[in-house]
Amino acid sequence: MSKNYEIRFAMGNDALAEGAIAAGARFYAGYPITPSSEVAEISSVRLPQVGGIYVQMEDEIGSMAAIIGASAAGVKSYTATSGPGISLMQENLGVAIMSEIPCVIIDVQRCGPSTGVATKPAQGDVMAARWGTHGDHSIIALSPSSVQECYDLTIRAFNLAERYRTPVFVLADEIIGHMREQYELHGGEIFNRKQPDPATPAGDFAPFDFEAYEDSIAPMPAYGGKHIIRMSGSMHGPYGFAANDGKSANKYIRHYVNKIEKHPDDIVCTDSFQMEDADVAIITFGCSARPAMAAMNTARAKGLKVGVLKLVTIWPFADKEVAEVLSKVKAVIVPEMNLGQVRSEVEKYNKNGIPVIGINRVDCEIITPNQVLDAIEEVLK
Amino acid sequence: MKSSDYIRFNRLPHRWCAGCGYGQVMRSLTLALEKTGSTNENTVIVSGIGCWGHVDSYITTNAFHGTHGRALAFATGIKLANPELNVIVILGDGDGVTIGGNHFIQACRRNIDVTAILCNNFNYGMTGGQYSGTTPEHAITTTSTLGHIEHGFDICKLAEGAGAHFVARSISENVQQTADMIAAGIQRKGFSLVEVLSPCTVHFGRNNKMRRSSELYKWIKEHSIPMAAAKKLSEEQLEGRYVLGTFIDKPGLDYSTKYREVQAKAAAQLNK
Repeated sequence: MSKNYEIRFAMGNDALAEGAIAAGARFYAGYPITPSSEVAEISSVRLPQVGGIYVQMEDEIGSMAAIIGASAAGVKSYTATSGPGISLMQENLGVAIMSEIPCVIIDVQRCGPSTGVATKPAQGDVMAARWGTHGDHSIIALSPSSVQECYDLTIRAFNLAERYRTPVFVLADEIIGHMREQYELHGGEIFNRKQPDPATPAGDFAPFDFEAYEDSIAPMPAYGGKHIIRMSGSMHGPYGFAANDGKSANKYIRHYVNKIEKHPDDIVCTDSFQMEDADVAIITFGCSARPAMAAMNTARAKGLKVGVLKLVTIWPFADKEVAEVLSKVKAVIVPEMNLGQVRSEVEKYNKNGIPVIGINRVDCEIITPNQVLDAIEEVLK
Repeated sequence: MKSSDYIRFNRLPHRWCAGCGYGQVMRSLTLALEKTGSTNENTVIVSGIGCWGHVDSYITTNAFHGTHGRALAFATGIKLANPELNVIVILGDGDGVTIGGNHFIQACRRNIDVTAILCNNFNYGMTGGQYSGTTPEHAITTTSTLGHIEHGFDICKLAEGAGAHFVARSISENVQQTADMIAAGIQRKGFSLVEVLSPCTVHFGRNNKMRRSSELYKWIKEHSIPMAAAKKLSEEQLEGRYVLGTFIDKPGLDYSTKYREVQAKAAAQLNK
């Protein structure tokens, strides 16, 4: 049953798991948590079928550690969780950043803080993904707004993780995770982490000598080959040995940020709808993009010039695209199922001080197209 | 490779205090690597954070230096992803059975085929000698200045109860015995634990009125007893003493071996 192409009617969580497998991931470690548990269940069935490994760890701290370990051993790896699990994963997320080990963290967001409302949706982890782990760093986060995007963006998340040797978030939510739609399992282009030049002599290899490479990313051989490697979550030098000096800290912390922030053309992805002549722009992401699109279509039918900028990449923030929208329209509406985490980012680029109106819900109900439409009509009054 | 070939001499001198037992345990580790024919390429030393966790930077093999308490969870990922690797996990009493206690018992239970060398120095040495999960009752530490009121873990019993397939205890000065235990642990398929009682002279010793390191070495000797001698004593007589020897050494299927069966069944199901 080796098909390269298949059409399936399934929930977002199915597409998240299949996207990981299509990207070449063969290791999952996790701790079941609503509303992400189907990703674990499906992975536990699918991974051993393709020679991969599923292991259920004792908690999300251990899960994050295990996927980092597996990736260091050369196997693409991922986990899936929700709010409380994200809180626990923050500790070792820092290890993945510090030791530049690729991996993918799927967050099917639910209402928080704490245990919150376990079965209900929210988009409240935007800042937790960005700043949850301590210390300066940068992060990549992608946010699907359909089942197809769950599949496509998970593949893309792995490609970015491998390309930049960094952990990548897929910020889904309960609505997208449990919603059923048709999606295509089409494979797609796969990127694998760079390996050392075969001519490199055996023995100690410097997996953190990024300055020696034009793209600032050092190759990452796996344990077990001819290269001896030292991965470390402590501040280190090129060979991974502890370097507790300010010079090393300054060099590497800036590297972790620069390697991501300096490549917006490759990493940042937005979808623009009817923005050419728009007076009002809706800037949104994930599940909130759906009512935004519906509101835009209704508004257009009424003759109102409304467009949508959908943030497919949440982090790094689409500053250029958002600034351009802000310079062209009369007002911006930011619907999101939190109290303004993305709106506050949009405001940073609002040089002309145009109205930026948030539509914010934390009552576990999806934002409706009418709510967005009302805001459009209000602002155009 | 000879045991001395596993040492990165250019990384020395080591960071450990005068009188610390970790240099002795490092010698045991290199002897065990020699005895088991371990190669740099095929071996990964996984460590957490703590004084003993520094050892990985003095050894020539691959290494993973992670977070405090999580070494076994990182090691689980490494070993399951590539079961051919010889994975050795470096734990302290804080790392292994205090902050990382859950990872410890679960790794024992899952029977992950790694060898953990847990150096127990009865306190948190790196942060200044505070009490840990193995600090004996009544002991003085910098956070139990009036005497510790908790009972310390018996790590070997914990490992045994949790399902480890090799469990042994030694003391740092018994270099050859410790080396033989580590080698036996590496050769035993499944989760292996070697606990090594080791003196923290500048904290645990000093705080407990043992100002000279020799006094703490003597204390460890007096508070431990070889298994053969222990068998002749009653439970009351053994109270407060650490039995030395190999408690468990039993065959069994490790996690990766069992998971290969899962993979075979799953693949067969898919091809039906």
